[in-house]
Amino acid sequence: MSVALRAGASVGWTPGRVRLAFAGMAVAGLVLPYLVYPVFVMNVLCMALFASAFNLLLGYTGLLSFGHAAFLGAAGYVTGHALKVWGFPTELGILLGTAVSAVLGFAIGGLAIRRSGIYFAMITLGLAQVVYFLAVQMNFTGGDDGLQGVPRGKLLGLVSLDGKYAMYYFAYGVFLFGFWLIYRTIHSPFGHVLRSIRENEPRALSLGYDVDRYKLLAFVISAALAGLAGSLKTVVFQSETLTDVHWHMSGEVVLMTLLGGMGTVMGPSVGALIVLVLQNYLSGFGSWVTVITGVVFVVGVLAFRRGFVGEAIALAKKFPF
Amino acid sequence: MQALFGQLLLGVINGSFYALLSLGLAIIFGLLDIVNFAHGALYMMGAFVAWIALSSLGIGYWPALLLAPAAVGLLGIVIERTMLRRLYGLDNVYGLLLTFGLTLVIEGLFHEHYGNSGNPYPVPDVLQGGVRLPFMYLPQYRAWVVVVAVAVCFACWLTIERTKLGSYLRAGTENPKLVQAFGVNVPLMRTLTYGFGAALAAFAGVMAAPIYQVNPAMGSNLVIIVFAVVVIGGMGSILGSILTGLGLGIVEGLTRYFYPAASSVVVFFVMAIVLLLRPAGLFGRQR
Repeated sequence: MSVALRAGASVGWTPGRVRLAFAGMAVAGLVLPYLVYPVFVMNVLCMALFASAFNLLLGYTGLLSFGHAAFLGAAGYVTGHALKVWGFPTELGILLGTAVSAVLGFAIGGLAIRRSGIYFAMITLGLAQVVYFLAVQMNFTGGDDGLQGVPRGKLLGLVSLDGKYAMYYFAYGVFLFGFWLIYRTIHSPFGHVLRSIRENEPRALSLGYDVDRYKLLAFVISAALAGLAGSLKTVVFQSETLTDVHWHMSGEVVLMTLLGGMGTVMGPSVGALIVLVLQNYLSGFGSWVTVITGVVFVVGVLAFRRGFVGEAIALAKKFPF
Repeated sequence: MQALFGQLLLGVINGSFYALLSLGLAIIFGLLDIVNFAHGALYMMGAFVAWIALSSLGIGYWPALLLAPAAVGLLGIVIERTMLRRLYGLDNVYGLLLTFGLTLVIEGLFHEHYGNSGNPYPVPDVLQGGVRLPFMYLPQYRAWVVVVAVAVCFACWLTIERTKLGSYLRAGTENPKLVQAFGVNVPLMRTLTYGFGAALAAFAGVMAAPIYQVNPAMGSNLVIIVFAVVVIGGMGSILGSILTGLGLGIVEGLTRYFYPAASSVVVFFVMAIVLLLRPAGLFGRQR
């Protein structure tokens, strides 16, 4: 049972082979900063974690949250403020940001699960807009200027995170932890109940599962991990701005997940990589970035709904190797 | 007192736009099962068509009031024929995502061409000036907007509830397959419905042009509020969405007078309260 349900099993791989593939990727992550500009890789890691957390809802529970930027941004602001003004140690600042997003997720999720389907998306979008307006108006967020010059601090009070490699390995560690947590959630009995809700909610309900509680818990986990990504992002870039709470960001994470392959373990990370590479190349073209992002969105929805990883899995099923 | 009535008037005007837009959203959602995120972009395009027509072709407000909805409605028909059509039968999440992508494309293009500063659009000559009432000053154009918006909403409601065409539309919303079996061309009806919804949004855009500044972001900020309006009212009822739109505009106006800091979020707070007390929405039937 547990073997058949492991990630790679959908392609017919043995558990050993799946483990080997993950180990290979983990090692690749260790040498990556020597080959590519580390700050870019860290940005990809943050967004990959963000999208993976989002995928837990969209891909595995079937809930489209259109307000996930709220969790990314709220945690980012709280962490930034805690490090800069209150002088918190780095780890504690990140934990605080994550906790705030979890609480926020409890509030927003609790309201949104009262309606299903497309209303869920509209409610999360609206409530995230409240967070955006708060970020614009409150004093500690710095309004349009955002938070600047957030100190990275020292890891456990010993290792300074100002060096680019130290920061990278710390960020990589946080990413791996978050990714592992999501992986475990997906493949736990809890994750299977989530998928049954996605497939057929009335049946899950009739089997005796308290569907609303499962949805809410999935929402809180997803919000907390999105917050973790946001906190990490603030530490990496040493700043936090309104971009992270804007609804454009909520749309971007949907795009990453869709493009990579929703409901797949690796999809959101692949999608995050693609979107960020694209944005990096287009950064000199002003509004054309938005236009091209929109075109990719439209094409993805019309002709590429399985995403890159989804297509790859389908291909690997057809031609096993 | 002057200020209070001024804010109330502004609230009623905002509410008129909420009503016009949520009406279009409800009609499109009813028949196409698509939540049209692009509604705000279509509204923005309506305003821009009017502005471009005036600034580069010298075409005034009154022709624009017909021209802009026609142009945007045509674009809506093209969008439905080439894209939305492929999503029928799929989870309606995809419709939201597609129209979101379209919004990015449209807004990005306008942003690229016209920048993000607001472009003023003059009030037409006939409606210049205003009336001094005992308790406030009423600009004629604003009175015109409220009257026309309410009239258009009422006409739509009447068409849908009381005419043969409206009965097709309502039947198509309930059960498209059966209506098709009776010989009604449902795909054509869907195309025209989306075109009409787009035209309605553009019409609202032209009406809005002299009041708000014409800029590429004017639509998407509005559409998020209109979504909240739709959640509060429930999309099942046409009259419900009109009343909710107007009512929330007034609530917003009052908030702007009594506690200005909360005016941009009050609609979402009302949404949260409604979700707690009446999860199905004020006029909604099912979950």
